[in-house]
Parts: sequence; structure tokens; C-alpha cells
Amino acid sequence: MTEMAHGTVLVQSGEAILPRWWRTVDRVTLACILTLFLIGLLLGFAASPPLAERNGHEPFYYVYKQAFFGGMAFVAMILTSMMSPTMVRRIGVMGFFGAFAALALLPVFGTDFGQGATRWYSLGFASVQPSEFLKPVFVIFTAWMIAASQQIAGPPGKTLSLFVMLIIVGFLVMQPDYGQGALILFAWAVIYFVAGAPIWVLGLVAILVCAGGVFAYSTSQHVARRIDGFLSPEVDPNTQLAYAANAIREGGIFGTGLGEGSVKWTLPDAHTDFIIAVAAEEYGLVLVLLIIALFATVAMRAFFRLMKERDPFTRLAGAGIASLFALQSIINMGVAVRLLPAKGMTLPFVSYGGSSLIATGIAVGMLLSFTRSRPQGEIGDILLNRHR
Amino acid sequence: MTDPRRIALRPLARILEARQKGENPDAIERENLRLRHEQQRDRLRQRAESRLLVLAICFFAAFTAVGVKMTALASSEAAEPRSATSGSSIISTRADIVDRQGRVLATNLVTNALYVHPHELIDPEAAAAGLAAIFDDLDEATLLRRFSSGSRFMWIRGSISPEQQQLVHDLGEPGLLFGPREMRLYPNGAVASHVLGGARFGEQAVNAAEIIGVAGVEAHFDEELRDPARNGEALELSLDLTIQAAVEEVLAGGMTIMNAQGASAVLMDAHTGEVISLASLPDFDPNARPRPLLEGDPSQSPLYNRAVQGVYELGSTYKLFTVAQALEEGLVNTETMIDTQGPLRMAGFSINDFHDYGPRLSVRDVLVQSSNIGTARLAQMIGAERQQQFLGRLGLLEALDFEMIESRQGRPLYPSNWGQLSTMTISYGHGISATQLHLAAAYATMVNGGTLVRPTLQRQAEPQLGERVISEETSMALREMLRAVVAEEEGTANLAEIAGYEVGGKTGSADKPNPNGGYYEDRVIATFASVFPSNDPQYVLVVTLDEPSISVLGETRRTAGWTAVPVAAEVIRRVAPLLGLRPQTVDPELAYSLSSASQ
Repeated sequence: MTEMAHGTVLVQSGEAILPRWWRTVDRVTLACILTLFLIGLLLGFAASPPLAERNGHEPFYYVYKQAFFGGMAFVAMILTSMMSPTMVRRIGVMGFFGAFAALALLPVFGTDFGQGATRWYSLGFASVQPSEFLKPVFVIFTAWMIAASQQIAGPPGKTLSLFVMLIIVGFLVMQPDYGQGALILFAWAVIYFVAGAPIWVLGLVAILVCAGGVFAYSTSQHVARRIDGFLSPEVDPNTQLAYAANAIREGGIFGTGLGEGSVKWTLPDAHTDFIIAVAAEEYGLVLVLLIIALFATVAMRAFFRLMKERDPFTRLAGAGIASLFALQSIINMGVAVRLLPAKGMTLPFVSYGGSSLIATGIAVGMLLSFTRSRPQGEIGDILLNRHR
Repeated sequence: MTDPRRIALRPLARILEARQKGENPDAIERENLRLRHEQQRDRLRQRAESRLLVLAICFFAAFTAVGVKMTALASSEAAEPRSATSGSSIISTRADIVDRQGRVLATNLVTNALYVHPHELIDPEAAAAGLAAIFDDLDEATLLRRFSSGSRFMWIRGSISPEQQQLVHDLGEPGLLFGPREMRLYPNGAVASHVLGGARFGEQAVNAAEIIGVAGVEAHFDEELRDPARNGEALELSLDLTIQAAVEEVLAGGMTIMNAQGASAVLMDAHTGEVISLASLPDFDPNARPRPLLEGDPSQSPLYNRAVQGVYELGSTYKLFTVAQALEEGLVNTETMIDTQGPLRMAGFSINDFHDYGPRLSVRDVLVQSSNIGTARLAQMIGAERQQQFLGRLGLLEALDFEMIESRQGRPLYPSNWGQLSTMTISYGHGISATQLHLAAAYATMVNGGTLVRPTLQRQAEPQLGERVISEETSMALREMLRAVVAEEEGTANLAEIAGYEVGGKTGSADKPNPNGGYYEDRVIATFASVFPSNDPQYVLVVTLDEPSISVLGETRRTAGWTAVPVAAEVIRRVAPLLGLRPQTVDPELAYSLSSASQ
């Protein structure tokens, strides 16, 4: 009777947090992520000494740094994955406003590190790229908005999130950072697609993307050069692309052997954007195919688990994050094999980069949280159907 | 399926029924709302399920594509630039150049280039010191600075000798690397340097380098020489290496004796137009071609080819053309007397002779004694238009189509307004400029029987027999007069009389134009255009000295008769036997009896 009068008493779940987490989390994905990170460290031993030498550090300086940030990323990932989707949503939406503000204030407080694009905040010991953190929380925000709009008489979440997305893309293009801008746009489109977008809207988005590409091509020499380089059948042998392609060729099936590779000495971005070339050269096709398989496994498992998910928000947010993760890895590797035009994009967990590592860790933590197995009310279905 | 939104949340029938029963009708609305919600949710979930499947398939396809491309790339052959071409494929791609006897003028030599991978140097200081010791012109400090510049690749030398290669090898540095390549070699050094021109490395790869002709025939025939279809077949020139060497040697001696700034000579076959020898001093070694002058007068550079590029007023040598035209057009014959009373005034300009020849001279003597006034009178008879036409037919008004790229720069200069005064000065070679090669070709045309000859550096099988410019008779008369210039006491080229060979010719001394306007008083271009043997000329030799001056019997002499003529005579003395011309004995009758006896 007390329950009737005062509502349900808070009942402790009979299971401790950690065992429950371990039981419900997607352990295969977890293993894949861990393997990817370890491969990243292994490649860091190969790829980063030239950079360390250039910057006057001991040879494995960047490996230790990566291991440190990796540890932090793992803690963040596991903590995040322990939250319930609702908790992730609440914190994520708050985080979204924070990251949005950080992005908006970049032109005032940011630094460009002499690379011509103001994308970073310099914190002295490390630099932080707000757009890296913005991507997952933007997905949360959008999923929340669109899920809410599916309620009868719910808020106009689709329009609202569309405008927010356009503003963010605008900021990113101003930096300029077309790559991250495209990813944000893509994430929104995926969520909208999964939420049941009419086909004509998707067509419109596709047209917008093409128009944006043409705009970037015609206004930015930087972008134009890369696309021209991609379209021309002959590769200029002195470009990063050509070195990467040659490194993959040199590697063959089993690679040239540990530390025997030479591409890391020629490629300035060997430790980040072209890490896959280093992997291909020193460890061969075997390791590259393993990396591809790991990424594909993470993405596929996420999609198939989300297909069973009943909560619209969880489904949308999970799909968005999984897509971002998969797309980023596809772009990174696709550029190295010249399937795609050159676009600097890090390979999640494998490429060197502190803030990107932690941001990816948080994102994958969210994904793990969304894909945890939980009761989906199948019993309710059966009961309801009997009613109808 | 009907749109659930079109079904009322509060169906009137049920509400009324509920009201009658005293139930709260709001419960009906809430239940309907819940049902609708669940329906929509199921629908959306089904749609999302299929769309997630689509996404999964797309991503799986993309991952597969990356994997397949990666596999294809990894199993294809590595095509790194450094291993793209094997050394053997470039050997002997550029054809040799040989003279008319097949003697090598230019060939290729396999050698090595030296380059550095600074990051592979074990001890950059030692490497820099070692290289500086081997190559005199390398500086240790500069090398060390270059090694530490962060560059990952740098050339040290385009080609090194085997000895140098061994020394570099002995340094034992893994970062010092050799790239095999061919270099162009001119085994005769400076001989025929202007004709050959030179070559340089074009595109350089680590294990091969393109050779590009930069001047002379190397540049003109660049494509032919590089053509792989040629299969290494040598390019045969009309030059004769022996004769070229002799001409250069005599010319160099003459240049010194005559205190000249430069000297040049063209020896040409009068019938075929083949250039047997073409020399210009000072010259250079095409194996180590000097840098072109970036400022100042390019003609001061040893690279300057006086015979082909140098456009000079060639003075009285042009009188031959005036006399030839006057004879050819029937205006005069060789004995027609011409008024030579000086000075000849015309439009505020007066024409003088070197010395007074008296009131009248025959046409023949006008040429033999080189009277400006007499020639100008002949030109007056011919008129501007016909003179211009005649010189044009001789090819003296346009650049030659010759097998050296420099010939394009040898574009003759003449007044745009070819009036009567110009006609008169041009008749004795003033106010008109051309190259020596132009002059040689025109003289060949004059004396070979009257058919046009174009100079060429390629072997010719037979006489050119071009367009007829003058008649056989006129040509014959000209030969006789040219011979008289050398043979007669009054002739201006007595010093060209050589035992055994009958030489004919015409001198020309033109004041050098001052770049600031006007002419120098004491600087001349002395030219002697000669033909030999004069009774049936086979060869034309044009010798030009730039600013010669010698002191003879206490007098400074600059005119061609004193300077260019003796040098040309010495050239003929040396080369006529080499050309296979039979010297005539002192007694022609004895020679005749000997030759008839031997037959």
C-alpha cells in the first residue's frame, strides 16, 4: 500500500555496477577498440621517431605521450559506457553547448599553430581541437532533438537541429576546416535518415553537399589542388599521396619488416593522416586488412545491435556515432589508397593525437553505452498485440 | 493503412457512452493517444531497422572497397621513381656526331653523378672534409651547412671521373651515392666548338639524365639526335676535322700577329654548299661550356660565333655583286670606262676612294683596285630596286636557314628606306651588314658558274645547282677579275699569292660602327673573301679579323690587304693540300707534259 500512496521506492538493482556493465557491454567491440589502440601504439614506435627527432625529443617521446593519452581515453571511454543512455544524453547535451561555445570563440582565443587554419586552443602542454569534441556531442544533441520531434505534438526538432548544424558547419568552414564540416553534415544526415527522412530531403542534402564541394573547390586553392591531384591519373611522385601509395606497394603482403620502412622519413604526416601507409610498409597487407576488419567489426556490430534498439534517441545517437567513426576511418584509409581525394583526417585510435584520442574515446564510450544489451520490452509487445 | 492522425482521439460515440456510464472521457483520449504513440513507434522502428541495415551495407561496402584497393595496391609492383628505369635503357640514346670522314666529333661517355642523402651520412663533418679534398671547388663549410639544412637529397656533381668516384667511394660514407648516367663528350676539345655547340643535362633522375643540346648543331638537331628510332646512327656533318683543326690553328696565329680581337673563317665547297670548316675565335671547350654573359656585349663572350651570329658590314667584298649585276644586265662590259673622279657628292654625303685613281677606270679595274666611286657609279646605273632584288636573290637580305640555331640571330641589316644614297653605299658594302656565312655563300654562287648555293653542314651527295643568278659568262669574268685582285700589281690582295695555287678574291675593310653612333676611325672589320683554284673555283674561304692592326715599315695598317689577306693565304697554303687539290708546278707547260705523260 505504501507503494500506491508514495510511488515506487528506489530499488537497488540486484547487481553490482561493474559486473552488470561487463555483462551488458559489447565486449567484442571493446576488444576491437583495445586492439586498434595497441596497433596504434605499435605503429607509433615505427612512425613517430622521425617527428621526435625533428622536434628534438627522445625517439619514443610521442609513443609515451600517446600511451598516456590513450590511458586517459580508455578511462573516459569506460566511464562513459557505464552511463545509461539518458545520462549520456543529459551530459552530452550540456557538453554540446560547451563545445559549441568553444568552437564559436575559436576566432577570438584560438591559435592556428602556423598552419593557416584556426582550429586549436593551446593549453601549453597540449592543444585541444574543439571540433573533435563537438562531433559526438553534436550527434547526441541532434538525436535528442529529432527523437523528441517524433513525439506527437513534440518540438520542431528537425528544423532546429538543421539550423544548429548549418551554424556549426558555417563556423568550421570559416576556420577553414572542410573535413570536420563535412563530417558534421554527414552525421546530421545519417541521423535524419535513420529517423525516417523522406527521400527527397536526402536528395536535397546530397545536392547541398555537392554544391558545398564545388564552393570549396572554387574558393580554396588548397582544396582545389588536392582534388586536382586526385582526379589526375598521374600522381606527382613528390606528393604525400605518391609516397603513401609507394609505401603500400613496397610493403606487399608481409611488409618490409619492423623499422625497415622508409616512408615515415619522407611523409610529414606519417604519424597521423598517413599512419596506414606506415602500417602497410612495415607490416604489410596483413596488418592493414586486420585494421580494416577491426573498424568494420565495430561499425557493423553497432548497427546490428542498434537495429534491435527500441528507444528512438538511443538508436539515432548510436547510429550517428557509429557512422562518424566508420566514415572517419574509411576516409583516412581511402585517401592513402587514392580512393578519395586527399583530406587530412586522423584514423581513430590509431593516429597520434592527444585531444583527438580522448574525444574518440568519449565517442566510443557513448556508442558502447548505447549498444549495451538491455531489456527491449519484447514481452510488452506480445502482451500489447494480444490486446489489439 | 490509414493515417492515424486522421482518426479522432476523442471518438464521439465512445465519449457519449462513457459519459452515460459516468466515466471520465479523458481516459479514452489518453488511451487512444497511447495506442497511436505505440503504433507510430513501431512504424518508425521498422523503418529505422531497414535504414540501419542500408547504412550497415553501405559501410560494409566502403570498408570492402578500401580493403580491395589496398590489396590491389599492395600486390602491384613497387614503382618508386628511383627504380623506375634501369640503367641500360638510356645508354646511347643520343646519337654521335661525326665529321665527313667518320671521325667522332661528339659522343657519349658513361659516368656517374654524385648525390647525397644527408640523413644517411654517418659523419657529415668527415664527409664534407673528404669531398672538399677531392673536389677543389667545393668548400667544406658550405657543404656542411648544406648537409644540415634538413634537405633529404642533394646533388653534388652532375658527372665525375672514375678516379674521383674511387676517391669518393673510399670515403666509405653510405650517404654518398652514385647515379649512373651518360655525359656528352667532345673528344677534340675546342676544335669545332662553335659548330658543335654543347649539351647539358636536362631532367635528372637518380639513375639517368636527359642530355639536351644547348647550341650549335647539338641544339639544331636535338630531336633527331635524341630520337630512339635513329638507333644510335651517327649524324654526319660536312665538316672535316683535320681541316677544321688546321684552320683554327692558322687563324689563332693570325689573330695574335695581327693584334686582332677576334677572328673567324668559313671554308665552303663552292658547288655543294658544304661547310668544310667554320671557325670563330676566341673559342671554348664544349666539354666545359662557359656561362653566357648576362650583361654587356654578348659578342665579347667566347660563346659568340662570329661567322654565323656576327652581323658586320663587310665592305668592298660587296663590290663583286655590283659589278656582277652591272655585267649581267648588260649595262657595261669589263672594259667599259667608269668615271672615278672624286669625291662623289650625293645628298650632302661625299664618297671617297682610299686614294685617287684618276678620272676614269675600266669596270675591271674598278673591282681590282677597289674604287668606291666607280662602284657607286655602277650602282647608280643599276638603281635601288634592281640592286635590292639582286642582293635578295643572293640571300643577303634575310637570315640563313643553316643547321645551327645561332644562324637565326644572323639577320642582315639594311636601310628600311633604300634610297639612291643607300644604293651607292651598299654597292661597296657600307650601310648593309650580313654574316660571313652569307658572304661565303654569295661568293660561291658568283664563281661556281652562277647557280645559287645555300650553305649547309650536312653531307651533300652532289652540287646543289640552285636557281641561276648570273650567267656562266659573267661568272667566268668575275673569276678572272678576282684572280687579278690577287695577281696584279695594282690589286688589293697581292699577299694572297701562293706558290702552286691560283687564288682569287676580294678584300673588304669596313669601319666598325660605334654603338654610340657613327663609326670608329681606327677600328675595322677586315675581310678577305677568296676562291681557289681561281680558274675553276672549288672552295670559297672567307677570313675576317676583328680590329686587326699591324705596324708595317713604321706605318699602322688595318686594311684587309695587310691583315686578313695574309692570314687567308696561310690558311689556303695549309688546307689546299688537305682538300686534295693538286699544286700547280712553277712551269705550267711542264706540268701539262707531266700530266699527259702520266695518263
